[in-house]
This record gives sequence, C-alpha cells and structure tokens, in this order.
Amino acid sequence: MAKTIIDKVWEKHTVMQEDNKPGLLYIDLHLLHEVTSPQAFAGLREKNRPVRRPDLCFATMDHNIPTKNRFVIDDSIALKQIQTLEQNCKEYGIHLEGLESEHQGIVHVIGPELGLTLPGKTIVCGDSHTSTHGAFGALAFGIGTSEVEHVLATQTLWQQKPKQLKVNIEGKRGFGVTAKDIILALIAQYGTNAGAGHVIEFTGETVRSFTMEERMTLCNMSIEAGAKAGLVAPDETTFEYIKGRKYAPQGEQFEEKMKEWSALCSDADAKYDKVIEINAAEVEPMVTWGTNPSMGVGISGNVPSYTNEQTQQEKEALQKALQYMGLNPGQSLTEVPVQHVFIGSCTNSRISDLRAAAKVVKGKKVHGAVQAIVVPGSQQVKVKAEQEGLHLVFQEAGFDWRDSGCSMCLGMNPDIVPEGERCASTSNRNFEGRQGKGARTHLVSPEMAAAAAIEGKFTDVRKFQSGSRDGEQYARI
Amino acid sequence: MPGFKTFTGTAAVLDRDNVDTDQIIPKQFLKRVERNGFGKYLFFDWRFNRDGSLNPEFELNRPEAAGAEILLAGDNFGCGSSREHAPWALKDYGFKVIVAPEYADIFYNNSLKNGILVIKLPAETINSMKDRVAAGDQKLTVSLDRQEILSGEEVLASFPFDPYWKEMIQNGWDEISITLKYEDAISRYEEQQQSAKQLQL
Repeated sequence: MAKTIIDKVWEKHTVMQEDNKPGLLYIDLHLLHEVTSPQAFAGLREKNRPVRRPDLCFATMDHNIPTKNRFVIDDSIALKQIQTLEQNCKEYGIHLEGLESEHQGIVHVIGPELGLTLPGKTIVCGDSHTSTHGAFGALAFGIGTSEVEHVLATQTLWQQKPKQLKVNIEGKRGFGVTAKDIILALIAQYGTNAGAGHVIEFTGETVRSFTMEERMTLCNMSIEAGAKAGLVAPDETTFEYIKGRKYAPQGEQFEEKMKEWSALCSDADAKYDKVIEINAAEVEPMVTWGTNPSMGVGISGNVPSYTNEQTQQEKEALQKALQYMGLNPGQSLTEVPVQHVFIGSCTNSRISDLRAAAKVVKGKKVHGAVQAIVVPGSQQVKVKAEQEGLHLVFQEAGFDWRDSGCSMCLGMNPDIVPEGERCASTSNRNFEGRQGKGARTHLVSPEMAAAAAIEGKFTDVRKFQSGSRDGEQYARI
Repeated sequence: MPGFKTFTGTAAVLDRDNVDTDQIIPKQFLKRVERNGFGKYLFFDWRFNRDGSLNPEFELNRPEAAGAEILLAGDNFGCGSSREHAPWALKDYGFKVIVAPEYADIFYNNSLKNGILVIKLPAETINSMKDRVAAGDQKLTVSLDRQEILSGEEVLASFPFDPYWKEMIQNGWDEISITLKYEDAISRYEEQQQSAKQLQL
C-alpha cells in the first residue's frame, strides 16, 4: 500500500501496537527547557525513577532569561527555575547549553543549527512550537509536562496515529512575500483548527523552493493551524543545510545517511485524510488584526466589518477582538500606529530573517514613537549577524540589539509590551495578554516589522523595494 | 491519582470559542517549579481587575458559578501553548469535567493525563445544556461508566470516549508504571534501531 512520509516515520518508530490501543512510539530526541521540565524531574524523583536515555536528551534555557544583562536575573522565581534545570541536568547527566554557552538559544533554533534535528527522527519537547523541526522531515511535536516525564522515564509515548493533511503550495510568490505570510494566509483562510487531529505534510513547488529557514517558519506555525505537527520531506536543500553541522553525521556516515533520507518521501499515490491547495501567487504581506492567528488580512485589506452572513456568536467574537485590539470595523491597517516592534522568536529570528529586516532598515531611522528590539534566535545567530555588521545597521537605525531568548514572544522575561500599546511582532501568537497584560499584538514577517518600525505604523513593505528574499541562501553558522 | 467516580456537580458556562492556554493561565505564573497551587491564577486576566478585585462581569465570577466542577466550553478549547499548567490550574480550581465541541490536541492529552474528563459533544448538544444552566438548572451528573451526562434521571447526552483512556481515568492509573512493564520491548527496539543510538554529544 502506498505510504506517506508520516506513515513511514511512524512505522519505523512503533515499538509495539496492540489492537484498539494507542501505539508505543519511540522518541529519538528529547529537547528540554526550564519552564516545562521541573515538575517532570520532580515526578521522577518522587518515584525514584532514572532517566532511561539521558544521551537522547538535550537541554537549554530560553523562555524566561533576560536578553539584556543576561546574567543578572532579578526575578527570584525565574532564577530558581533556571537553577532547577541546571541541577536536574547535572543530576541526571543531561547535556545542557546554559546561559554561558556559545550555543545557547531558543530550543527550536539551536536544534537545527547544531545538527541535532535530522530527517526521519521523532522529536519532542515540552513546547508547542516543536513542530518547527518538521522542516527537516522529522516527526516533531509539542508535549505537556506529564509526557516529558514519561519520555524521560521510558523514551517512548503512547500515541494514537493522527490523521494526515496535505497542504500543497504552488505558484510563485510575489515580491516581499515570505513563508510567514503564506502560513498566516493559510490560517486566515482555513482557521486555527484547520489541522486539528492531523499532521500536515507541506508539499508543492513553492515549498521546494523555500530555504530551510523558510521551511522552519512554515512548520513552526503548523500548531497555529491546530495541527499536531507539520513537516516537509527532505531534499538536497535539507542535506546541504545539515552537512558539516556540529552534531550531524560526518563524512562517510553522512553519505550513508543521505541515501536513507533520500527515500524518505510520500509515495506518489499515497492517500491523505484531507488536502488543501494554496496559490502562493495570491498571497500578499499579511498583518493580523485580532486575538488569534486566523484573524489576519493582507496589508492592502481592511479590518473586517459586521455582515449579515455572520452568526451572532461570530459577531460577538469579532466585537470582543476589536475591542481588545482597539480597532474599528472596516479600518485600514495602514492607518494603525505601532509603539513597539519585536523582531525575534522561534518563528522568525534566524540569520535570513535578520538579513531581510536589515535590508529594509538600512540607512533609515526608527520612528520617534517606536521602541524596537531585535532578539537573535541563538547566540550563534547573534555572532554571525555581528560578523556581517547587521547589528550596526539595526543600532544605527535606533533598534536595541539583544542576546538570544524567547523574549517578547511571550513576555516571561522583562521584555513585555505595556497595557494598551501595540506591537508589530514577528512571533507566532497574538492572543490576549500574550506579550503583556492588555498588550496588542500584530503578527507580521520580519520585513513588515522592519517597515513598521521605520514608518511608525503598518505599511506595505513592497514600497521599500528591498523586501525580496529570492535567491537568498541560508547562512552556514 | 484517585479514579474518576460518577458525581453530581454545578456546571458553569464559558461561552467563547478558541480559548487559548495563555488565557487559562498567563505566562507570569509559569515560573513556579511546583505542580500544585495554580488554581488561584486560573483565567487570571479575565477573573481579576487591575487592582486585584474580582471582575464581576466574568462568567466564572457570577454567584451561580460558585463551586463549579463542570465547565461547558466553546470550540477549540485550550489552543496554543503546550503548558500543562492550564489543566493543573483548572483541576486545582475544582473542575473535574470539561465539555466542548473540540479541543486542541496537546491540551486534550494534558487534561487526560491529569484525570480531567474532557468530553467532546456537538455544539448543539452543548448549547442546549448551556440553555438549561442559564435557566437555573445547573446540577449535572457525569457518569464515565455509562458515558452519559444526566440531569436527575434524564439523560442529556451520551458521549464517546477512548476505551484506553476510560480505563486509565476510571482507575487513576499511572501511565509510566504501565509503560515500564514493556521495558523489554523498548530495549529490543533500541538494539534493532539505528535511530536509538547515542547522539554523541
């Protein structure tokens, strides 16, 4: 029977499968961070259980660390959480890239960067954006803390096989349109539960033309479409990215692996539970206007109005969102002023994101009413950007240049947006209070965020004539 | 964990779709390293005003919602962040049962692992329950054995439930203990599979 890549990875990792029960799935790589792991380790300790495979675990700290004066953590509860991770890793023999490490960064940035993320692996982490790693043809999904504890104790998870959704993206994207805009357009059209109960396989010529960093942005936000995971079958672009990375197979071993990975694709006549077709040529730079990622529109569009087709509940949801966001129905987004710009997060903080934003910013000044920060996704991204002089481009324009971390994406550290103020953010969630209580978040691409920083309001980056990433190569760092 | 027993309790309504885990428990409360005590932070930004007083407008602050153990929720409940602090907070607050048309996957799994009965029913069925609650008929009985929600003797709905999780929750079993019975199978898998070899850090 014809199989999808998801079937193939699933079968290879099934330790056992009894009738009418979830299967027991083996986990190849378990990523850990400070926020969702302490209770899992405490659970092990209570029952006196060892970590089965500390050698398949990899930890870093990213969620609550400061991006300014990173070694001075004033928040004693955050500090305790960081120290708890250090103690747990030491006690159980787990590799940790801590604050002092040159490899520290957002867990979903450093996994790929260090060559830990490889095609065909099963990867989990106590973080919903684990879907990012699917860009390599890995089956990667977020789990809760009980499951973190389960994986620590057994290196497995009981899993019902999810349904499969093929999202086929064809067509040449227009100037200034990024992977972020395409995934936001998908979610705007099909909703935040389009992928509920499914794993997405992204296919099509547009996806094939994406760099690895663009594929990571695409897969990262699969969770915002409600999917368990999102993945892209590996190809030459994938192998080229992996080659020579720190923990990736080297030399002959790499060549051997590449043969295995090349077979990792869906059979031509494989069946999916659902198929969505996207025409990339129809997508324009996106801005969200509401309080979930499906509430988005192209920059030339307007905030929605009330219509007769809407149900009462839809009208109320729209009203609640607009009230929270301080927007009027039918309003043009290009009239909306912003007070904050955040370039960072596991969605858009890699070197190509920073290059693209810097291209827009170069030689210009941040608007007087805007506070703008750039938070590189990892310390390695930071070093690479500084070698290229990108930090100077940002600093001369008036951006703050920070150390790596999750930062203002979720505001667990001191980087928060004040109540009632508006942020153009390259992150992934515009939920109420996400960036701070009462903060108003608008999701955009790095190019669009940069343009908003300069203009002090949302603006079509295509006006800047420098928003294109075509032909851009990912960086080797 | 104690097993789930049939009980009769107060139902409260949260009539919003796409309630995300950032709303269920905001990020400032995720820094704690304990598993308990999150109930007082549940729906924090909705429940409390800036000065710390209760927001009387919020559904769960209404007098009739006091002591609620059953939450009648909207579609795509628990979307967003994977934080298990969300079900920890709901459970600590007192909720034993949630009823919604659909849940986000990670939240659904996290809830099951904490013994919270997450029931899926069509929106129309839930809406008629919400109407009863609004009319003052707030006591519902939830039976996992029979997979039914009742008002007195009247069956309001039968719900589907995964047999694996039914057994787990009824008995309050620890999943890790069960998995560890299959250690030999896991070891055999590791011997056979390349992928289970060391990362070589």
